[in-house]
Amino acid sequence: MMEAVPDIVLRTETLRKTFRVGFWGQQVTALEGLDIEVRRGEVFGFLGPNGAGKTTTLKILMNLIYPNSGKAWILGREVGNVGVKRHVGFLPESPYFYDYLTAEEFLRFYGDLFDVKRAILSERITQLLEMVGMSHARHLQLRKFSKGMLQRVGIAQALINDPHLVVLDEPMSGLDPVGRKEIRDLILRLKESGKTIFFSSHILHDAELLCDRVSILVKGRLVAMGRVSDLVGNASTQSVEMIVEGLTHHGLDRVRPFTERVLCQGERTLLVLKGHGQVDAVLDVVRAAKGSLISMTPHKGSLEDLFMREVGGQVGEQAA
Amino acid sequence: MRRVISIAMNTFRETLREKILYNLLFFALLMIGSSLLFARITYGEFERLILDIGLGSINLFGVIIAMFVGIGLVNKEIDKKTIYTILSKPVPRYEFLLGKYLGLCLTLLVNTGIMVVGLLLVLQTMQVSIDSLLFKSLLLIYIELIVVTAVALLFSTFTSATLSAIFTLAVFIIGHLSADLKVMGQKLGATGETLLNMIYYLMPNLERFNLKGHVIHRLDVGFADMMLIVAYGVAYTAVLLLLASIIFQRRDFQ
Repeated sequence: MMEAVPDIVLRTETLRKTFRVGFWGQQVTALEGLDIEVRRGEVFGFLGPNGAGKTTTLKILMNLIYPNSGKAWILGREVGNVGVKRHVGFLPESPYFYDYLTAEEFLRFYGDLFDVKRAILSERITQLLEMVGMSHARHLQLRKFSKGMLQRVGIAQALINDPHLVVLDEPMSGLDPVGRKEIRDLILRLKESGKTIFFSSHILHDAELLCDRVSILVKGRLVAMGRVSDLVGNASTQSVEMIVEGLTHHGLDRVRPFTERVLCQGERTLLVLKGHGQVDAVLDVVRAAKGSLISMTPHKGSLEDLFMREVGGQVGEQAA
Repeated sequence: MRRVISIAMNTFRETLREKILYNLLFFALLMIGSSLLFARITYGEFERLILDIGLGSINLFGVIIAMFVGIGLVNKEIDKKTIYTILSKPVPRYEFLLGKYLGLCLTLLVNTGIMVVGLLLVLQTMQVSIDSLLFKSLLLIYIELIVVTAVALLFSTFTSATLSAIFTLAVFIIGHLSADLKVMGQKLGATGETLLNMIYYLMPNLERFNLKGHVIHRLDVGFADMMLIVAYGVAYTAVLLLLASIIFQRRDFQ
């Protein structure tokens, strides 16, 4: 029985969560009025530094903890509804599994929790192990798995019910570059098959490559949400990197006002300009000094720039 | 139901990997076996000795296994975060708890079964007659074990493993001395009596499950009495599981 997937797959409304820590039960706010919206079929990156409240949000969505106030809906139903989880797959952060089970037993166990019919389950286990590239480890105990293998079989576990929404908590953390690429490819394949993917991460490069939209969470508050290109485009100060040769000391002094940074290496000089507007002025100086331009690279603003600015801004506000 | 059974079977497999289980089982069988030796150096009455040591060992080691394995069950799931993957599936929290509990009850059944086989072998060797009263006593020992396991489970839903071990042990001891509480209450003033009576009715009366005296003195227990005691154990367990579910449902898994 396939239900129509609503346009808004996941939504939270002013979610707030506080914890009591330490002996005296000091109150710490983990989330402060979080509103997010994830649309059908998109890859949504939930970004933020460590301790921003990403895992707290995911746990609220999975009904593992309860918010102090605010609500969250998945596929149009409130997250407290156990039935919602039939169509959701979840991979917790650095998951530990029952390590005495083999990959097949492990997936069968989770399949049983969904009441997947035995015959369908066997077939699906074969497909999923193939999809995550773990067919060779079908009869191997999880204790013998590497971290990357565990992560892949963990994703298979999240897909055992063929969910509409896949929620992954830090799926790339702790993996080597090869492992990260494999997980990225896997997420893209899931997107191609029409699933909605919501994942938390602090690895911005991965998010930039993968996400249709992202949100940035800092200290429990949402500081940005939107398309990567829009967010980066709005915020970028597009710097330009220039390598020139044969620039004299006098010339160097003249270009300095237009640059952010100057690095001399023998005959060559690396100039980082503040923006496009300075290019002509610098080129004039270089020509006048009879130097030559070796290369010029415009730098588009990256998610990292935006992230650093938002995180830095918040920290600055706190300090003020 | 399939979810509960899956969790129960997984729990059963998990407990079978506990090394402490085999150590305890080994000592239990050693104790039961040692009664053979004691019987040989005892003049007359060796039947009583074998039954006393045998039933006592099954009871004691059963309780120790129930406590040591039982208290870790839920806490381990939370510490290792395996609970996140289970509760993010369409599994209500009470089903998870029930699955864990039934899994441990199955482990206890198998363990008790092995100890009973040990006892029967000893009785057979010493040519002691085996009657239905012995099995009634064994059934009640098992009922006591499931009550103690439910106590351990209840505590483990809101405290650490160490604290739940201490609390469970306390309940076990009080549960066996609860008749004394009532007697003591009668010797105190009105307030003391009310207080001790409250504890008496609140704590499980574990002495009700103890038929060792009956077995040794061959005093049979009627069917109606047996049913009543079993019903008491099952009802007490049900209340404990309900309380555990309510606490577990409200808790945050941080």
